[in-house]
Amino acid sequence: MSELATTPTVPSRTSALQVLMPRAEAVVIPLVALLTGLIVFSLFLVAVGKSPADFYALVYKAGFSSSFSWQNTLSRVAPLLLAALCVALPARLGLVVIGGEGAIALGGLAAAVVGVWLAGAPSVIGFALMVVAAMLVGGAWIGAVGALRFRRGVNETIASLLMAYIAIALMNHWVEGMFRDPTSLNKPSTTPLPPALRVGEMPIGIDVHWGFAAGVLACIASWVLIERTTLGFAARIAGDNVRAAQVQGLPVGKLIIGFTALGGAFAGLAGFFEVAAVHGSANGSLVSGYGYTGILIAFLARHNPLAIIPVAILLGGFEASSGLIQRRMDLPDATVVVLEGIVFVAILLSETFYGRFRIFTAAYWAKP
Amino acid sequence: MSNTLSLSRRRFLTTTATAAGAAALGAALPASRAHAAGDLTVGFIYVGPKDDFGYNQAHAEGAAAVKAMSGVTVVEEENVPETVDVQNTMQSMINFDGASLLFPTSFGYFDPHILEMAVKYPDVRFEHAGGMWSADKHPMNVGSYFGYIGMGQFLNGITAGHATKTKKIGFVAAKPIPQVLLNINSFLLGARQVDPTITCQVIFTGEWSLAVKEAEATNALADQGCDVITCHVDGPKVVMETAAGRGAYICGYHANQSPLAPDMYLTGAEWNWAGVYTGMVQTVLDGGEIGNFVRGGLAEGFIKMSPLGPAVSDAARAQFEETKAKIMAGGYAVINGPMSDNKGNVIATAGQSFVETDVALESMDYLVDGVIGSTS
Repeated sequence: MSELATTPTVPSRTSALQVLMPRAEAVVIPLVALLTGLIVFSLFLVAVGKSPADFYALVYKAGFSSSFSWQNTLSRVAPLLLAALCVALPARLGLVVIGGEGAIALGGLAAAVVGVWLAGAPSVIGFALMVVAAMLVGGAWIGAVGALRFRRGVNETIASLLMAYIAIALMNHWVEGMFRDPTSLNKPSTTPLPPALRVGEMPIGIDVHWGFAAGVLACIASWVLIERTTLGFAARIAGDNVRAAQVQGLPVGKLIIGFTALGGAFAGLAGFFEVAAVHGSANGSLVSGYGYTGILIAFLARHNPLAIIPVAILLGGFEASSGLIQRRMDLPDATVVVLEGIVFVAILLSETFYGRFRIFTAAYWAKP
Repeated sequence: MSNTLSLSRRRFLTTTATAAGAAALGAALPASRAHAAGDLTVGFIYVGPKDDFGYNQAHAEGAAAVKAMSGVTVVEEENVPETVDVQNTMQSMINFDGASLLFPTSFGYFDPHILEMAVKYPDVRFEHAGGMWSADKHPMNVGSYFGYIGMGQFLNGITAGHATKTKKIGFVAAKPIPQVLLNINSFLLGARQVDPTITCQVIFTGEWSLAVKEAEATNALADQGCDVITCHVDGPKVVMETAAGRGAYICGYHANQSPLAPDMYLTGAEWNWAGVYTGMVQTVLDGGEIGNFVRGGLAEGFIKMSPLGPAVSDAARAQFEETKAKIMAGGYAVINGPMSDNKGNVIATAGQSFVETDVALESMDYLVDGVIGSTS
């Protein structure tokens, strides 16, 4: 009986580590993988006769050292946050969707067309309808990928990639045809948006548009949805074991279509910000690879919407430094792509290490 | 996870605050850009790789010539997309490198990117290839320049007209926009100077740089019997190698592609940015002003022709040189009435002609009679 009396005091002595260490696994493993990737990349630099110290100093200088560096980094982050969600949300259901680029293109076009159509309307209504149009079109496009998956068993990875090509071709076709501004001679574009329907910069002293705030909010909202709602819980169950979810009577089809559509809607929103905050009209420049960088970010963040924010900022900083690295170190533009690729592989490899280290278990720290 | 997040959020907030503070200091940034007198930093920005055997390489060759000038530092960046990226690159060159003269060379950089940066940095000069600068719409520190390279495709066409046996020549084109349409039409009309029965098949790939479709299009042209092929895409390498591999003669575009297939290469319409850029930079070094709207052709040294290849016959060489001399003399026109487009619409009435400098050519929206293909 005396044993029983003492047991309650045991967990209270070690509870901090018991609670912390299992959670630390999800942080420590990717960080070690990131560091490993950076070290491997340093070896690559040494092999081509360049100084890794110079390289990382330039990354810091170009991406994070001054107000302009932060502007350079953060202004790239807005579309990346939203594009990454287009990968991360379906991934919670076990789906690998890589076609966000298409939803960005069509979402941007939808926003541009609606914005021009609403010229003269109150800007609140104009903005609202542009956002709705962009999100509806993006959502329908990627939602269709989910529907194909659920109803016809079409591989969502292939379908989303091929549909991205179709989306880009459609966007080009319409920009060069039906919606073309006749005065845009050598760069076919839609009619420019009225100034009242342009999204401005956030009042933080550097030129970063409101898309950044929207992206951060979208990440937080997605995290709440996945981690704190029954819908998110159901999605995670279906992602872990779809048959178990079906046996439990979960609406797997609705979850798949809903989550893919929501991801697509966020990509469409990225298209809206590209049009309304950056380009002022829809044209071929909408297709610039944000959808593909988003895949990398989502995987690096292990599809955790909150982790997407720091990862996107880190990658934004890498990409911001690409120019200075070309100019100062005489390295080709592909250098940063090599870095991103090595880090990507390191993170993917690190997936196999989860659950392999006893120090990350509560039991290890629960000393009797 | 939440632990690191709050950390990074806090760090983000402090840095943002510092950033705002630094911005409030304001004058600090331009001051750090001050450079010794006579020391000019020039920035070149390319949308693709510098060694693409095409559009970007032509500009990079110009930059290399500027690099050789004394008192000039050149900074370059390749593969910069036409997004907020190029704005960041321009600002990075201004803030970190002290660049005061920028050549962002891709057409899509102009509106809105160059226009926004020009307002933000009124002391920096922005020079843009192909942009339609207009005094009532655009800032004075922006200039646009371009060359009449359609004349080069016309001369390409003359060599093609002599070389073709099937009387069918081919053109791989990116997009049906005025500059490209003028090149296609000029290529055919040049060939028709030799034989008016020649036709030109055109295939549009829809993208400026899409190697797979360029190869498919070239093969399709060869399958249809086209035995001389040229193109207007950003990087002609794939078209040139594929066409030569199929036994077709090739005419180059943007840069000299003869190293890719010396025996099949007839000639090529090349940009001569080296001459243009060194001239512009010298003007700035001398304290002068570059014009805001600059155009030039063969005579002004904006474009040049590749040396004629071994497959060019003597008759072709003679007609090529004779026509080139006429173009150099100025006032030459390739569109001469009566002429109709390939749908039967009249584009020039009898006696009407459009000389190379005619602004109407910059909004061309038709393919002339004899071109097989459609703009939409």
